[in-house]
Amino acid sequence: MTLLKVEALDCRYGLLQAVRGVSFEVAAGETVALIGANGAGKTTLLRAVAGAHRPHGGRVVFDGVDITTLPAHRRVALGIALVPEGRRLFPSLTVEENLRVAASPRRHGRWNMETVLEVFPLLRARRHTAAAKLSGGEQQAVAIGRALMSNPQLLLLDEVSLGLAPVVVEAVYRALAGILNEGATVLLVEQDLTRALGVAGRVVCMLEGRVVLEGPARALDRDRVVSAYFGLRRPA
Amino acid sequence: MTLLNAALQGIFLGAFYAVLACGLSIMFGVMRIINLAHGDIAVFGAYVMFVIVEHTGVSAFIAFAAALPVMVVLGYVLQLTVLERSLKSGILTPLLATFGLSIVIQNLLQLAFSPDVRSLGGSAGAVTTGSWQVTSGLSVSALGLVVLVVAVLVFGALQLFLSRTRMGWMMRATAEDADAAELVGIDSRGVYAWATAFAVAIAALGGLFLAIRSVFDPVSGPTQLIFAFEAVVIGGMGSLWGTLVGGIALGVAQTLGAQIHPQFAVMAGHLLFLVVLIARYGGGRDFLPRARRLLLARAGR
Repeated sequence: MTLLKVEALDCRYGLLQAVRGVSFEVAAGETVALIGANGAGKTTLLRAVAGAHRPHGGRVVFDGVDITTLPAHRRVALGIALVPEGRRLFPSLTVEENLRVAASPRRHGRWNMETVLEVFPLLRARRHTAAAKLSGGEQQAVAIGRALMSNPQLLLLDEVSLGLAPVVVEAVYRALAGILNEGATVLLVEQDLTRALGVAGRVVCMLEGRVVLEGPARALDRDRVVSAYFGLRRPA
Repeated sequence: MTLLNAALQGIFLGAFYAVLACGLSIMFGVMRIINLAHGDIAVFGAYVMFVIVEHTGVSAFIAFAAALPVMVVLGYVLQLTVLERSLKSGILTPLLATFGLSIVIQNLLQLAFSPDVRSLGGSAGAVTTGSWQVTSGLSVSALGLVVLVVAVLVFGALQLFLSRTRMGWMMRATAEDADAAELVGIDSRGVYAWATAFAVAIAALGGLFLAIRSVFDPVSGPTQLIFAFEAVVIGGMGSLWGTLVGGIALGVAQTLGAQIHPQFAVMAGHLLFLVVLIARYGGGRDFLPRARRLLLARAGR
């Protein structure tokens, strides 16, 4: 069953066109990785799906409902949550406040304060610490936990490994693996190709705002992905 | 003893400034709007209470309770109709919009109520004139005490609201990063509208105290705005308790200044404001590093 459907999406920043006529689908329970070089339009695409960027053209359909013009907070209520690039925690709020402010009173499910702390046990001791005082890895854990608090049907992850030490990235992905195995639907942006191919069932590769390659992660060989990634030769 | 008494009266006066400044601080803290119509909104609130008192003969405090829902709705609608639009086009537009609003309110009040001065002092009962003589040189007025207690309660309640309630967290989250707040399901428009509603309601409380402690007319707003603005800046922009401290510092500076010369009162407040402004935002930034460089250079030699 298709959960998310993006149709001919155009996104612009003034005269700059970041996303050009992108279409793809994400089925329920699938993990899809969006890959591509810097400036390929991945973050803009995720933000358009989450409602943080108003697209210039095209449609975003979620669970059969056209949500193209819906503001971000209404999309959260429908079940879309984004872990934004750069984490974007509320610095003066404590870990607990950051998490609880994101709990959606209308959405119930597996995730609450307790279950989030089970997945990220390192946060337990930091519960009453202001987010500004956390380490990068702790902040990323809060950012993911904050998105989970609304019990989303579709989780959007934007570069969760950015700016983190390799050992911390490993820990974050270990926690994510547990979430993915439970059948969550995830659309993630990841710079690290190996990791993207490892975690995702399907890969969508973008170049200069367009989708240039798409397919199951297992079926794609690395060379094809690399050439699509850098646009060395355009796949026919 | 005279100085001590002056300082005490300054604290009471400052508590009044703090109440006036509170709403200004909320709007700046949450939305980065400097509301130039804040003083006029307080005076507008005073006129609403004045009308209620004139028509029903109730006490000023009951008139305030009756005016409160009106002011909350007014603030909410003001945000959604005027301020929200102006916020979309950069930080200078709300400044212009609220400046315009200030002129509109003043002129509407002139039309409706004429430029005569009014007061609610007569309808506040014994609070207006009651006082206790503590020692020969030290007296505590009932109104001063009421204002101080109410100011502390208002700031305390706001503090509790912001730190303990979900709505308070939503307000702080939106203030810090409205974009990210939307992404976790917070309706930032609604939060902004409530913030303005609170600010306008507390402005009306300032209007009540203004109307009881002295007189007001349709153009009293800008003077109140200046004192409120100075209190916010002295206390640190957007800091809640800072605003209370700033208001009291301003009040004490004015009453102590009046000890030097009665006409020096307001000037002393302005001077304190300027000193804080320069120390924090202006010369301080240039002067302090330069002084440190000079010292280091000397030590290096």
